[in-house]
Amino acid sequence: MSVADATDRLRDVFDGNDVRLVVGVFLGIYVTFIAVSVLLGFDLNGTVNTLRRITFLAAAYALLSLALNLQWGYAGLFNIGVAGFMAVAVYTTAILAGAPTASPPGLGLPLWAAAIGGMVAAAIVGAVAALPALRLKADYLAIVTLALGEIIRISVLSRTFASFSVAGLQLGTGGGQGISIPDNPVRGLYYLDPSNPTAGTTPFGSAAFAFFDTLTVPFFSGTGVNQTVVVGWTYALVLLVFVGLFYVLLRRIGNSPFGRVLKAIREDELAAQSLGKNTRAFKIQVFTLGCALMGLAAILWQGSQGYTSPGEYLPIQTFYVFIALIVGGAGSNTGSVIGGAVFAAFLFEGPNFVKRLVGHLFDLGTAPNTIVDAVVPIASLEIGPFLTYVIGNIEILRPVFLGVVLIYLMQRRPDGLLGHRKEIAAAVDLSKRGETDG
Amino acid sequence: MDYRVEPATIARFVRERPFGALVVVLALVLLFDLVAGLLTGDIATATVATYLWDGAVVGVIVGLAGIGLSMTYAILNFANFSHGDMITSGAFAGWVAAFLVAGVGRIDVGRLVILGGRNGINAGTLGTSVTNTPLAILVGFVVAIVLTIALALLIDRLVYRPMRDQGAIALLIASIGVALALRYLIAFVFQSGLRPVTATDQIPRVTVPIGTGGINVDAHEVTIVVVSLLLMAGVHLLLQRTKLGTAMRAMADNEDLALITGIPTERVVRATWIVGGGLTGAAGFLVVLERGTIFFQLGWILLLLIFAAVILGGIGSIYGAMAGGLVIGVTSRLSLVWIPADFGTAAAFVIMILVLLFRPTGLFRGVTTA
Repeated sequence: MSVADATDRLRDVFDGNDVRLVVGVFLGIYVTFIAVSVLLGFDLNGTVNTLRRITFLAAAYALLSLALNLQWGYAGLFNIGVAGFMAVAVYTTAILAGAPTASPPGLGLPLWAAAIGGMVAAAIVGAVAALPALRLKADYLAIVTLALGEIIRISVLSRTFASFSVAGLQLGTGGGQGISIPDNPVRGLYYLDPSNPTAGTTPFGSAAFAFFDTLTVPFFSGTGVNQTVVVGWTYALVLLVFVGLFYVLLRRIGNSPFGRVLKAIREDELAAQSLGKNTRAFKIQVFTLGCALMGLAAILWQGSQGYTSPGEYLPIQTFYVFIALIVGGAGSNTGSVIGGAVFAAFLFEGPNFVKRLVGHLFDLGTAPNTIVDAVVPIASLEIGPFLTYVIGNIEILRPVFLGVVLIYLMQRRPDGLLGHRKEIAAAVDLSKRGETDG
Repeated sequence: MDYRVEPATIARFVRERPFGALVVVLALVLLFDLVAGLLTGDIATATVATYLWDGAVVGVIVGLAGIGLSMTYAILNFANFSHGDMITSGAFAGWVAAFLVAGVGRIDVGRLVILGGRNGINAGTLGTSVTNTPLAILVGFVVAIVLTIALALLIDRLVYRPMRDQGAIALLIASIGVALALRYLIAFVFQSGLRPVTATDQIPRVTVPIGTGGINVDAHEVTIVVVSLLLMAGVHLLLQRTKLGTAMRAMADNEDLALITGIPTERVVRATWIVGGGLTGAAGFLVVLERGTIFFQLGWILLLLIFAAVILGGIGSIYGAMAGGLVIGVTSRLSLVWIPADFGTAAAFVIMILVLLFRPTGLFRGVTTA
């Protein structure tokens, strides 16, 4: 059996069961990062914390990729203003839920109502943008959405809106300082007062902390997992549950008559129009829904840290989501989830861990201050300073690496990891008929 | 010719394009407000004149940078998101050359080639300006053009040529990849701080008195306007008077027809990158000359304004790009009469979005090929 046969067989196994594929990818990621943690000499708490961070980022990017997949993968709407819609949702939530006494002051609504408000705001901005913009060619839509995203970012950054009053109510975005978001409800599960851990723990919190505090796992040094890590993991698990909900929702949309029209629009808009479908209405609806989901994803993401600032909504954030979606394969929901996980674990966090691993395993000394100090020694065959400089500046090199990955994917694998799959639009899988007949 | 507009025509316009009518009304209100403000003296004439001059300087550079983008958009059929970072590349290459010429022998070469690293070099010591160090500025200008052309050709060979048969969106996404890689490679080499490059206090300047105040015009601004206009005239001659120019216009108009006619498209594509890349490098060098500071994100920040200019003028139209650049530059400054300073750029984006929505072919409709 050749390698090609083997991979084909592997695909057949996985094709039938997307859940198994996703679980497999997550397991692979966990095994890799447990190995990395062991190499780095992390104790149990450190390892669990590493896995928490990876899970959290993977879930956040999976949520955003799923939302973008609805717009781009299903309906072919090239929206590169993702960061702007995220900002609208998060800022609206923060303003609605912020305490009236805080600075900048908010309206003091309960968090769930504020989150719904944030989603609605993102949806409204999306609808207003979509109404006229969807008449445009795809590349014009890209430029319009990017410009809209930047206008939104400039607005929340500006001093003009840092604090303003509407109908006598003092509100504000906090400008460049950012704005605080109420503590996430997950903390309320463990602490009596979510904003003040010293005020005591709930019965559930006491039991959980007592269990994790004395936890030991064979092969790992150290005892116990910190309270912050336990709470963080719980939040990451909540995000994973939302990934599941998004997935089910999008799958249902994709398989509904509505979803079939979307796929028809993506493949051939004129044909869909000829069949009497009001493609414009469909596009506006799906764009609005996609923006609301992006908003929810952003609220869940930013809500974990109790604070957000305009720096989180740079256009590069949009490109990160696009890379995640393209890695997985646009048009495939399973691909979106896998793409989000692979992007977060290997492309986004990978370089950081390479840096720490290299720093841990080799004694590199201090990095040269400038590239000149790093390059000149190469003339005398000393490559050490250059490598130290590269490792020391790996955060700056990460976008370079991502850019190259993006170019490579567009040239070689424009359909992503799961690009070989065909979405079945018909209720009955016509391609399988041959097997039963023959 | 009869220029009267029938009331019925206006009524139909309002009925059919309510949003368009709203935009027209808004524009008229703003114009009226400006004129009224000037007449009553609420808005100083000198302030408006300064905004107009600053806007014109920005506009000329945006227009110059826009020509390259417009050409690649028309001939290669994709929105090149790496264009902004080509500007940055040209700027850094040119200013390294200028620094070397101006400072060699006085300042350590190791510091000159990275423009002083994180903290920069005291620009006063180096004294770079058009009048102090004309040779350094000239060498820098030429190097910026040549290196940007080389970079454009290299990127085309590595990235875009293998993708010629792919769609506009695939190329657009690849160009975002190029943009990320270029921008952060520059940050990797030169480090990310904003640093001064020209000796701002040593540039000759005059104050042109207007009304109660006056507008400051300095030698760098004059240089930029003159050089940009000369380059634009050169592009005009190239496109109208040479065989290559005709071939380019033909390809922008209809690529298949150009192929059938026997135009060597691959050679025209190369020529497009050479002309477009050269103008882009020149624009990058000049924009830094005007600002006096250099920063690895400068081109990316300009990119949307340049897109705005190109779309406003009509994609593929180089005169449109120039005119669009002026409109965008003046808008981003003149809008400061009404809105806070942090929204100048946002105002230009709004203009672009409005043009895309109401007149996606640009202001110069029908003149899509130069």
